[in-house]
Amino acid sequence: MIIAVFAGFISALFAPIIVKKTGNLAAYLLALVPLTLFVYFTGFIFTVDDGATYNFYYDWASDKFKLTFYLDGLSLIFALLISGIGTFVIIYAGGYLKGHQNVGRFIGFLLAFMGSMLGLVLADNIMTLFVFWEMTSITSFMLIGFDNHRTASRRSAIQALVVTGLGGLSLLAGLFVLAHMGYTQTGAPIYELSTFLNADISIIDHDFYWVALILILGGAFTKSAQVPFHFWLPNAMEAPTPVSAYLHSATMVKAGVYLLMRLQPVMGGHELWMTILPLFGAATLITGTLLAVRQKDLKLMLAYTTVASLGLLVLLIGTSYKAAILGAIAYLVAHSLFKGCLFMVAGAIDHEAGTRDITKLGGLRKLMPWTFAAACLAAISMAGIIPAIGFLAKEEMYAGLLGYGNMALLGAVIIGNAFMMVVGVAIAIKPFLGKEVKAAKAVNLIHEAPISLLAGPIVLAVLGILSGLLCSYCFGDKFLNPAAMAVYGKEFTFAWKLWHGFKTPLFLSLLTIALGLLIFWKIDLVRNILSKVFSEKRWGPDKGFDQFISGLVRFSFKITTKIQNGEMRRYLAVSFAIVAFAMAYPLIDNGVVPEFPDFSVLTFYELAVLAIAFVGVVLVVRAKTRLDAILSLGAQGFAVALIFMLFGAPDLSFTQFMIETLSVVILALVLTRLTLNKGDHRGLRDNIIDLSIATVIGVSLMVALLAVTQMPFNNELSAFFAEYSKPIAHGRNIVNVIIVDYRGMDTFGEIAVVFAAGVSILALIRLKSWKIRSDQYDDEDLL
Amino acid sequence: MSTLIFRTITPLLTALMIVFSIFVLLRGHNEPGGGFIGGLIAASAVAIYGISNGVGPVRRALYFRPLSIAAFGLVMSGLSGLWSAFKSVPFLTGIWWEVHIASYIQIDLSTVLFFDIGVYLVVAGVMIGIALCLEERTYD
Repeated sequence: MIIAVFAGFISALFAPIIVKKTGNLAAYLLALVPLTLFVYFTGFIFTVDDGATYNFYYDWASDKFKLTFYLDGLSLIFALLISGIGTFVIIYAGGYLKGHQNVGRFIGFLLAFMGSMLGLVLADNIMTLFVFWEMTSITSFMLIGFDNHRTASRRSAIQALVVTGLGGLSLLAGLFVLAHMGYTQTGAPIYELSTFLNADISIIDHDFYWVALILILGGAFTKSAQVPFHFWLPNAMEAPTPVSAYLHSATMVKAGVYLLMRLQPVMGGHELWMTILPLFGAATLITGTLLAVRQKDLKLMLAYTTVASLGLLVLLIGTSYKAAILGAIAYLVAHSLFKGCLFMVAGAIDHEAGTRDITKLGGLRKLMPWTFAAACLAAISMAGIIPAIGFLAKEEMYAGLLGYGNMALLGAVIIGNAFMMVVGVAIAIKPFLGKEVKAAKAVNLIHEAPISLLAGPIVLAVLGILSGLLCSYCFGDKFLNPAAMAVYGKEFTFAWKLWHGFKTPLFLSLLTIALGLLIFWKIDLVRNILSKVFSEKRWGPDKGFDQFISGLVRFSFKITTKIQNGEMRRYLAVSFAIVAFAMAYPLIDNGVVPEFPDFSVLTFYELAVLAIAFVGVVLVVRAKTRLDAILSLGAQGFAVALIFMLFGAPDLSFTQFMIETLSVVILALVLTRLTLNKGDHRGLRDNIIDLSIATVIGVSLMVALLAVTQMPFNNELSAFFAEYSKPIAHGRNIVNVIIVDYRGMDTFGEIAVVFAAGVSILALIRLKSWKIRSDQYDDEDLL
Repeated sequence: MSTLIFRTITPLLTALMIVFSIFVLLRGHNEPGGGFIGGLIAASAVAIYGISNGVGPVRRALYFRPLSIAAFGLVMSGLSGLWSAFKSVPFLTGIWWEVHIASYIQIDLSTVLFFDIGVYLVVAGVMIGIALCLEERTYD
């Protein structure tokens, strides 16, 4: 299992090399990775349908942060979608970006994303889940910003990262609240989702249920683009089409939906859950569909319907009602299949005809017959017409909502579905029928898309129909029911049927289709009205995001220029004044008065070293030039190093010697560069202030040290290290063993800090001149 | 600063200091020393060479950019910690191999050693980078 999850990351590393070596064949080779995973996950179907679940456990760090994976019906359905669609998307990407210089990097990112997404849906431990969740955000950022020469892609990439990243933070907090709610149930925090699920632990009676819910929804709603966070998803269409098909319709944006489905047995059924989710879901559904019809760009139309579909799924989960959940699962599969297909069709049209503007496209039927066929089949599923799986999903969700008894939701879903059908049919029909194109490319240059661009759409479209036809045989039992049971939290049996007879859901379906056809008939009129209502120039969440970000930048810019005015001495004075306060206050507050030490026990050489240090300090203060001061400071440092040596800390003294030497060298080098006054010309007032700060720090440190050494010494730790350093860590030098072994993680963090500091120092040295151009300050520079 | 005596002696001094820094690094587990100190010694060695002979020869002699060396060290330390994943023990747990050369010499090798070498490279790389950059601007 761990290999399955990490296969994506490992193959991503090799993708650029493979592309370089094998050229156009590379995409097919790399597509073998998701294909193998798909086959691997298929093997689980036959056991998971009996209700079997799998736990995979890898111990690597702490008790809380285990690498654990959990596979049940829900994870499986997601894993199959991710790996299955991933196979075709990678083949498609190879064809779509043929000849592009960075195609290797692109496919690498796609594979890394696939790994993150698999990790996300299979994760059991909440920290593991969170890490993979963030990794999907990061890979998505890389992929949206793939075309990094364009400002629009960079802006969209940053926007997506900021929105989903903020949501991720909220999710992290929410997951911890959730884990600690397990404490009241079992007496220990629960970090494994499977523990919640298998022990039937529900937290809906907990006092802080609402805290966990709101925080987790903050993560799920941003990721799954619910109103009012929906704006990043259409902007993410700046990414190349394979990305839109894979991340921003079929898989990543469903992560939020997955999380809600996963937590439904734990958190569902509460009043808040059943209010917030349907409310936001319905709002997103309606907003998404209305905005979709307004668009002329094929990809943007699809993007807004994706927003709408995500809203629909959230709405259905929010009911916590069995039949509605069954509908949601079927719709989840249907949506991934038809939307992935339609995105690839839109990309193929764009690739071949050179435009995605639906008003400029037409008559491609004869030129691109296979693309047309795939688009039609997908549109049938999207419109919910028998026998596609889309029909099945729609029947089931209508039945569910009827049973649930909320007519307002039912109405919203019918209207939403009708609009979605309009968009689906428009995309399948408009570019292919009617008059010849008026596109940028001449007609005779347009031809059928190559096999790499066709394989995905055709297979996905055919699957969309087949899965509907086969639902009552194997597909429903083996595939949909286990997932629905995992979401519902209880076992049940349900027989999927394509034809239920003439019952209310069928009439509602017919009503939807009729409504859709009516809108389609008047589509230009509807589009004009909607364009006027939702003008792009008006204020919306998208503009609001920009204002928020630029406001934040201006705010921090103002703060920074006020505090850091460019005068080094003031920074130091402020920093040391704070240190002085922090050190002196606790001592005074606790009334610490140590005994004065006895100097008479010192030997003559110890006194000599002290004298050197003292003379060094006096020279620093009295020095005429800065260089003299630095050298005297070095002498004083050496004296301190000697003291360490005399009192049995050779490592410390060794390091101190090196640090003193290097800092004298580096300070001297810096001084030769800076144009400074040779001497120190502070006024009396400055001198007094600086002197008092220095005195407070020095005296406090002395008092603290004396007080500490006069406390009874607890040697538990040093005894432990002395006893075990040699036998278990193979080292006699306890200091070094602590640094590299016992506290290795600290050291690792420290060298990372050293590295980061080094990079920034180099950047600062190399910066020739830094002028603050506050008047011509430009937000574009930041994005 | 590049007097004849200084220029003549620095190559020897630098070579000696580099050897010494590696010695300090390797003995660190049992005697005073370790990656951090070793790295600092190596950095001062290179800095001295840079002061006497100019930055160009140093950069050529180093071959890799100092920050690349540091980055490599950081990655190396991280990877040495990941080895424990194969043994199902927590991240950064030291894993030891006892290598017997002939019948009486036993050398203990460990992931900890690689971790310490990583520390050495990070410290040396960063300090060399800063020192060379400053020297470059001083003498160019």
